[in-house]
Amino acid sequence: MHVRHIVRLPILVLVLAACASATQPAPAPPGETQVLRLATTTSTADSGLLDAILPVFEARCGCRVDVVAVGTGQALEIGAKGDADVVLVHSRQAEDKFVADGHARERFDVMHNDFIIVGPRDDPAQIAGLAAAKDAFEAIMNSQALFASRGDKSGTHSKELSIWSSLNVTPTAEMPWYRSLGQGMGETLVFADQQSAHALADRGTYLSMSDRLPNLAVLVGGANLGENKDKALLNPYGVMAVNPDLHPGVRFDLAMQFIDWLTSLETQAKIGSYGANKYGQPLFYPNAGR
Amino acid sequence: MGDILRALTDPALGEIVALTLRVTGTALLISTLTGVPLGAALGLARFRGRSLVTATVYTGMGLPPVVVGLFVYLLLSRSGPFGSLGWLFTPSAMIVAQTIIAFPLVAGLTMSSVASVDPALRQQVFALGATRWQSSWTVLREARIGVTAAVVAAFGGVISEVGAVMLVGGNIAGQTRVLTTAIVLYTRQGDFALAMALGVILIGLAFAANALLLRFQGRTR
Repeated sequence: MHVRHIVRLPILVLVLAACASATQPAPAPPGETQVLRLATTTSTADSGLLDAILPVFEARCGCRVDVVAVGTGQALEIGAKGDADVVLVHSRQAEDKFVADGHARERFDVMHNDFIIVGPRDDPAQIAGLAAAKDAFEAIMNSQALFASRGDKSGTHSKELSIWSSLNVTPTAEMPWYRSLGQGMGETLVFADQQSAHALADRGTYLSMSDRLPNLAVLVGGANLGENKDKALLNPYGVMAVNPDLHPGVRFDLAMQFIDWLTSLETQAKIGSYGANKYGQPLFYPNAGR
Repeated sequence: MGDILRALTDPALGEIVALTLRVTGTALLISTLTGVPLGAALGLARFRGRSLVTATVYTGMGLPPVVVGLFVYLLLSRSGPFGSLGWLFTPSAMIVAQTIIAFPLVAGLTMSSVASVDPALRQQVFALGATRWQSSWTVLREARIGVTAAVVAAFGGVISEVGAVMLVGGNIAGQTRVLTTAIVLYTRQGDFALAMALGVILIGLAFAANALLLRFQGRTR
């Protein structure tokens, strides 16, 4: 192992040096466009929300926003290493820990939507119309109907695990009905559609893909957020600027400017109307409360 | 057909293809400029530790790309040793990862093709009064088919790679999105038709590049 490192190190240095002359490093010299790096969840990016609202901010700050769309767990990890300037995620507990660990000074509310339980149209576990996600999960488990889990430490995955733990169940790979995919929301929904499985999904991603999921129906959570009777299925999004005390390289001022803009009345109104025309309901409900 | 048209008329496609070629092209250039001389030297020279270097190069040929991606990620992260470069989630990071994947392929395959050239050729050239450099050049020319194959293999290996560039590039629209990561994205969104269309474009690119390299191989014959 040691020897291999010794051999490879000069090669790496050579490669790094060669690349340095081949391309420009990221920190832009003065006069060039500033870049704000946003680590966020796949739901905000895949739903098209960011594409719809970010150009306004980019025009205003004269900067560019680079969006890295991953699961909440990975987005927070990117922030915790100082590799992003700002994170926009949805896993309250993990966000509070992020602040408690000092990676951010403060968390700000941005918006929320809700989770739903989707499953095969013929409803093999007979959960359609149940009010509580907990009861639906129990019914799925008891009927041994297939359940597809994100299994990727995303916000949706941690919500799912919290519902299982409220039943005192720890799902494992040994349970033949439980599939831990380790994939994004889109892949999980496609899997559920193909394999007649149930899944916990954020409503926004489901709505934006529902025309490609012919075998799935919303079984718990109703037709819109107002019909969702289980408050535990609420899905709040928070935004945090990465703490410059811990990570001197981050663009804190630009990140705070972004947060100010994201929580402003004007942007909040835009968030609240996004998707309303296309899906008959907004995909996200603003709640910055300013 | 309609989806291929949709993909071809997508304004983002030009950017994606251009970045794919820029990243893979740069990585391939660096790997060729460093890998061919190293491979030739390993194939021709006899020195202490040669078998160790050879074993390392061969191991490198089988490096799992996603592990290379993780390795580069940790090196280039702001919390890592090269963090001050600010390269993570930029094309530079993708070039570094692809170069590390391509370099052992170029070096290893060059080495084996050079080593398989008849040793008598070198002795003959020496007898004719050639210098060491001239004789090495002659052997390398003799092995050019294998050397071209080395570059072609490395090209195919990196342009079709997805795990490492996804990790270190972040698949940022307009910045670090290449064909493979775009295919993953569209698949994730359930847009299989568009993903497939991009796949056809990727295969077409690979075919065109290989045809070009093979032409070059034929011309030097």
